[in-house]
Amino acid sequence: MDAQALALSLKLAVGTAVLLLPLAVVVGRVLAWRRFAGKPAVEALLALPLVLPPTVLGYYLLVTFAPTSTLGALYQSLVGTTLAFSFEGLLVASVIANIPFAVQPVQRGFESIATEVREAAWLCGMSNWRAFWRVELPLAWPGLLTAFVLTFAHTLGEFGVVLMVGGNIPGETRTVAIAIYDRAQALDDHAAGVMAATLLALSFAAIGVVYWLDRARRHRG
Amino acid sequence: MGSGGLSVVLRQLAPIPLDARFACGPGELLALVGPSGSGKTTILRAIAGLVRPRSGEVRCNGETWMDGAAFSPPQARHVGLVFQSYALFPHMSASGNVEAALPVSLGRAARAAAARELLEFVHLGGLESRVPRELSGGQQQRVALARALARDPKVLLLDEPFSAVDQVTRRRLQRELAQMRQRLRIPIVLVTHDLEEAAALADRMVVLHRGTTLQDGPPLEVLARPKNALVARLMDFRNLFHGEVVAQDAAAGTTLLRWEGHDLEATHRSEYAVGSRVCWGIQPAHCVLHRRDRPSRGERENPVGGVIGEYLPFGENASVTLWVDGRREVELRFSVPAHVGARNGLATGVEARVSLLRDALHFMPYEPLERLPGPTGEPAVDPDRARS
Repeated sequence: MDAQALALSLKLAVGTAVLLLPLAVVVGRVLAWRRFAGKPAVEALLALPLVLPPTVLGYYLLVTFAPTSTLGALYQSLVGTTLAFSFEGLLVASVIANIPFAVQPVQRGFESIATEVREAAWLCGMSNWRAFWRVELPLAWPGLLTAFVLTFAHTLGEFGVVLMVGGNIPGETRTVAIAIYDRAQALDDHAAGVMAATLLALSFAAIGVVYWLDRARRHRG
Repeated sequence: MGSGGLSVVLRQLAPIPLDARFACGPGELLALVGPSGSGKTTILRAIAGLVRPRSGEVRCNGETWMDGAAFSPPQARHVGLVFQSYALFPHMSASGNVEAALPVSLGRAARAAAARELLEFVHLGGLESRVPRELSGGQQQRVALARALARDPKVLLLDEPFSAVDQVTRRRLQRELAQMRQRLRIPIVLVTHDLEEAAALADRMVVLHRGTTLQDGPPLEVLARPKNALVARLMDFRNLFHGEVVAQDAAAGTTLLRWEGHDLEATHRSEYAVGSRVCWGIQPAHCVLHRRDRPSRGERENPVGGVIGEYLPFGENASVTLWVDGRREVELRFSVPAHVGARNGLATGVEARVSLLRDALHFMPYEPLERLPGPTGEPAVDPDRARS
């Protein structure tokens, strides 16, 4: 059991979910309620990581992170290291790869709030900000929680993007998913098996929470 | 309009055409009536600031909420609105819903006390801690009302507030509104498509069709004296015909109307010259059956006979369609108590006579009747084609 890889995976999964959630709230809320030209295109673009082979996404991110690219060069001049093959780069890649897993549940969460309920909040004298905290967030929270859990679980299992962008550096970019592959290649079936079972249990627990929450919400109806 | 009420002028062509103008004084209950899609809800939403029509003015208590330049957001208007769906906050208790509309500056304890008082006012004492899904439709409606009143509104808007509850609850809530309004000295605007409800509750009624205000007056007046055939149709005026003024006698106070070969005597209406064509109508209640069991002197008043085309018992009354002079295309509708119908042997195919009460003949300017919508606003159907 590669404890270091497991710790790294958990750190990456929590970090991705924490960074992505506020972004998903902003984007998902706009997509839920605003109508604007080009909205289907925006939604399609945000859903793209769902269908894109992880290696394709990873390849483009790798090219973008390279010190020869504008972004890569800017990052290197500011921080002094490259984004590629670093934990920070992995985090950025993971955030991008998980956009649909976070944005879509949040969007559904906000869509489930009746327009009239929001209007009632304004008519109660609540500012937009107060209506957001007092009415919108409490009603959209199952969507937010689903987004958090899905992002967390999906990041734990991400393989292609991590391998492309991060490689296999112990303590820096070697996640459990990579470590399993690594151990299986080395014919270390025991280690691979223990880690695979751990990941299975964690993923099952996370997805179980999503379904349980959904059921609880329906019962509350 | 004085400073103490609401005055509304709204105009736009799209997305929903509006050409509405009305006012509502403090303590007055005004009913906006019209078929679905006539713009009633849009007008309420414009008063509340939830939509901004292209042009118009909304003023209340001397404040301008909207005109060509200014537009106050809903938060700044102090409007109490009871939505058709109630739109309660599902995650808050009844008390929480009401407290949400009370000023934060009041402090927690004062808000809780005020919420309790408002819930008592709408007869919901003891249910403060229930969340909306634990309340019946009628109880939810009362929470919505208490919440609307919590902001000390300058105007109260009710959007079909009784449409989602059963009939027994509806009657009780209607009675409560009638009692409550005596204690509210603010303008109340009630949107409804129920003419009886409007007549029972409102001081004044504004008839809307496709966003345009057609007539404004006391409900009984509008119901009895629609100003044109369209309003008459929307007011469910069953008997609507064309006729021609053939004589005027100011001294005798009568106007003579020729209709399908009958000369009908009506109260003098000087504005229609001899020879002019008119629309005219009479409410079913003013067509009086000549009773075989009890003939009366009133039978000389505009007698009209024919064959009963349809006799339909309906509850305590029976609805009767008379084919005047046996002509199927001239239908006169009226109703009689079912026991009277039975005693006089009324049935489909039987001959009958009625008197059209002179004072109840209502004249309106001439217009073709075929293209008028039905009372629910749907396009007219060719009656002959519909029958075949």
